[in-house]
Amino acid sequence: MSVVTSPTPSQSSSSDTLKALRYRFSAKLFLSELLAKNWMEPIVPFTLMLALLGYFAATVPGYLSVDNLQQMLNLFAEIGLVSIAMGFVMISGGIDLSVGAIFAVTNLAALIMFKIFGWPVPVAAVCTLLLGAGLGAINGWLVGYLKARPFLTTLVTLIILRAVFDMVSGRYATDFATSDVESPAWDFLGAGRILGVPTNAAALLLVIVIGHVYLSRSRWGWHITAVGSSRKAARHAGIRVERVLFGAYVLSGVLCALAGLFYAARQNSAGSDTGQGWEMQALTAVVLGGISLAGGRGTVFRACLGAIIVFLLINGFVRLGLEGYLTLSALGLVLLIAVGVDVKWAKNRGKAIQKIYVNPTWLKLPPTPSITRGSDSPFAENDRLSHAEPIGLGEVEGPEDVILDRQDRLYTGTREGWILRFSGPNFTHREIFARIGGRPLGMAFDRDENLIVCSGGMGVYGVRPDGEVFKVTDETNRTWGKLNDDSRLRLADDLDIAPDGKIYFSEATIRYEMHSWDMDGIEGRGNGRMICFDPATGQTRTIIKNQRFPNGVCIAHDGQSVLYCSTWLCKVFRYWIAGPKKGQVETFTDNLPGYADNINRASDGGYWLALAGIRSPAYDLAMRNPDFRLRMVKEIPRDEWLYPGLNNGCIVKLDANGKPVESLWDPSGALHPAVTSMREHRGWLYIGGLENNRIGRVRLDGADPDWTGQDSYWGKPSDQSGRREN
Amino acid sequence: MTQADIAVGRRQSAGSRRKLQSQELAILAIAALLALIFAVTLPGFATINNMLTLARSVSVLGVLSLAMALVVIGRGLDLSLIASMAAGAAAVMALLGAGYAFPVAVLAGLAVAMAIGLANGWIIAFIEVPALFTTLAMSLLVFGVARFAFKTVLVYPPTDAHAFLFLGQGKLFGVPMPIIVFAVTAAAMHLFLSRTTPGRFTYARGDNPEAARLTGVDVRRDIIISYMLAAGLSLLAGLVSASATASMNLQIITGTMIFDVVLVVVLGGVSLVGGRGSVLSVLAGALLIGVLLNGLTIMNVNNQMQDVVRGLVLLGAIILDNRLHPRDEETARQGD
Repeated sequence: MSVVTSPTPSQSSSSDTLKALRYRFSAKLFLSELLAKNWMEPIVPFTLMLALLGYFAATVPGYLSVDNLQQMLNLFAEIGLVSIAMGFVMISGGIDLSVGAIFAVTNLAALIMFKIFGWPVPVAAVCTLLLGAGLGAINGWLVGYLKARPFLTTLVTLIILRAVFDMVSGRYATDFATSDVESPAWDFLGAGRILGVPTNAAALLLVIVIGHVYLSRSRWGWHITAVGSSRKAARHAGIRVERVLFGAYVLSGVLCALAGLFYAARQNSAGSDTGQGWEMQALTAVVLGGISLAGGRGTVFRACLGAIIVFLLINGFVRLGLEGYLTLSALGLVLLIAVGVDVKWAKNRGKAIQKIYVNPTWLKLPPTPSITRGSDSPFAENDRLSHAEPIGLGEVEGPEDVILDRQDRLYTGTREGWILRFSGPNFTHREIFARIGGRPLGMAFDRDENLIVCSGGMGVYGVRPDGEVFKVTDETNRTWGKLNDDSRLRLADDLDIAPDGKIYFSEATIRYEMHSWDMDGIEGRGNGRMICFDPATGQTRTIIKNQRFPNGVCIAHDGQSVLYCSTWLCKVFRYWIAGPKKGQVETFTDNLPGYADNINRASDGGYWLALAGIRSPAYDLAMRNPDFRLRMVKEIPRDEWLYPGLNNGCIVKLDANGKPVESLWDPSGALHPAVTSMREHRGWLYIGGLENNRIGRVRLDGADPDWTGQDSYWGKPSDQSGRREN
Repeated sequence: MTQADIAVGRRQSAGSRRKLQSQELAILAIAALLALIFAVTLPGFATINNMLTLARSVSVLGVLSLAMALVVIGRGLDLSLIASMAAGAAAVMALLGAGYAFPVAVLAGLAVAMAIGLANGWIIAFIEVPALFTTLAMSLLVFGVARFAFKTVLVYPPTDAHAFLFLGQGKLFGVPMPIIVFAVTAAAMHLFLSRTTPGRFTYARGDNPEAARLTGVDVRRDIIISYMLAAGLSLLAGLVSASATASMNLQIITGTMIFDVVLVVVLGGVSLVGGRGSVLSVLAGALLIGVLLNGLTIMNVNNQMQDVVRGLVLLGAIILDNRLHPRDEETARQGD
């Protein structure tokens, strides 16, 4: 099935075409969707890293040579590991300032175990890692179980460990130099190469890959992120917060110990400044990489990215001949700026996206037809709905769509996410037929009398005659090249079922949710689409993209085409699914006086069309002024916005060719404001409304008293074999 | 609110005040006990000379702790106090050496310290960077700039700067000047915190910044002012310290002295959650630390071991503070 793009509204002049184009493609739209992407955040540090690399490659001769790169990797690996350690703790919502000290102490311990005690390398390595885990466990116990403040606590452990390091290292300094213990394994750790990559760098790569999988694909990793995002929510979800925090610090300790081990093997001695200030380096690195101070946001890659930047900077400072204390100062400055940006960005990101998310576009509607009472217009106002009989008055909240089954029972979806069923004489017996969830909107019965329902926020679901709910589909194919992942169904609106069983349904908008659908009206953009679910293959495909709020869907009486309404265009389209014009879209009805909602079959071969609201000249004008609407959205409170007039509507009867014939009104709006659906059944018309507190019904004079939608779609019960009635 | 409610409220506040004082008293008692033990076990501890040494050694720390208390009561933290102290005092000495008059040099030093405080306060109040990060990064920044500006680690005053040297080495009525400076600062700080509107607003801000803001307190302005005041006080401490030793080592900026300051403040009961504690807390904390350090020095414990001991005591104090004044750690921001 080919994908067709939307037919643009009929243009009267070339300037209109230009305007439509100008507002159809919006850089802001692109930007707002870009900002909402998770991978957008490390883009800035990544660019910075490339710029630094480029700068040094251009200025330092031989910078990109294999030798230099190997050497730099060798130097970088340990600080990279320590930064990842810091990253893990930061993502868990804490901070570990003792990473440098743990690194130093484990480095010393590895040296002592190997050089002085002469332990075999594997034993020394395992003991080093265990020591790191133990030191991390102290932090984890203090922070996780004793609930001490991570910043000050780890600062104090930093002081204590540093003092211990100074005491012990002074004692052994000369012994390291004179020790003659040697081992190929030790040398491999310190100076070996794996496929040309230094051993410690290879270990770093391994840690990055494993750490990434751990953090983003495993349950424990998710727990760390969850605890960092919101401790309260994590606790409510049953996560043992204390244990997760403890684990994060232990992990940090182990990674620092790993770094310490490699450093020991590489240097074979412990200088008094080992790991000094590394906590600041690591902290600057992870914040630069975009791991939020607030916790819960960040990846292993980002920690490493930041570490590379800091490493390159310091390396560059050293090459520039900058004094050590100035390097420290520069680091402090970079940290301050990075944290400032992080804080401001975390606070205002949502606001920034919100500010530029709404992107009104240009939309020109033809002059509105007359609705004057007493005129010969088919839309002339009358009082034919003013005497509608109420059903379930006060017992139903927001019956968007209504439908009846073969036993004359009336079904409707409600705001609570329920399907209600009214039965008995005068529909006085109310029962909850099913609880789907979401916001049940359009409904249709399939051949097997399953009730198929579009549920806003969830997708398309079905209810078997015994009330059992099942999922039909909740996703479609993703549009290539689109930033927003549009594969999930956000706002499935209405559906109908073709004779071959395929379910055609509309998704009103992919940019807004059920609770903000009205924003889509302000925007007026082609954000919706028509989708088809094929039960034979189980596949869901988008068939028509970029529709302006596609709403009601109805299979034509002959089963050859799908009629669908575009609410903001006040128009009904016909999409051919069979016959010579298969795959084409054409206008079925144009220039309606109001916003088309649901459309359903009528007994005489025509169609019933609900107009949820009536157009007004002021709003039509506003739709031709996108900048005006943008200012409105930005500058005045929501309850003062100019909205489409959705307070009052009517029902329009179309003939088989889409020509309006007559209309039914409740101009007072007392019984049926905003009519969103109607269903003909045995000579009665049943009326639903998105915000109404009742279902209404009016008798239709001259309508076939035996006609039902079930028979029209699936034939009379006696001749089930027949595919269609006509 | 009924009469009974008011009575209950009064009782509660009276109860919490008693509890706070009890922490200060407990610390004082521990200090006394420790002093008693040292007096019995350490020869040379319980002498007038040593007591004066103790008081003098504690007075610089005490003035710094008063500055820190001012910030912490307003729910902040200033890890750059040592930086503003060292940079300011070094600036004063450099200007004295260049031949400027004492008041001019002090004003210039004050300007340096206050500028650091202003930068801290502005970043914390307006950019809303957590105080810990701001002041930690600021002290690194100041260290580098100061090293660069003074071209040396050790800065000395000219030997003829009598007014300056009197501040640390002189005596008034037989009492060493550092002790007098500490006492006067403590008295002034007590009056400020307990008797003036800005002082009471500091507690209001520390208790609940949002409520203070809604009440009409200009929280951002007050934050900036409190960091500037703290920096100014740290300069005073710096002058006393530099004068007493006739030098200022810029390396102390990156040292562990700031943790002694935090230790004094937290030990005495100026909780890190803000809004708690008083000058008495600082006095109690300073006394305990003074006795402890003095005793350790007499016992000839090396610096590293002293670091370990102080670290452990601080760790205990933080955990105790956390137990006595639990914060809502589920909603706590990073850097708290």
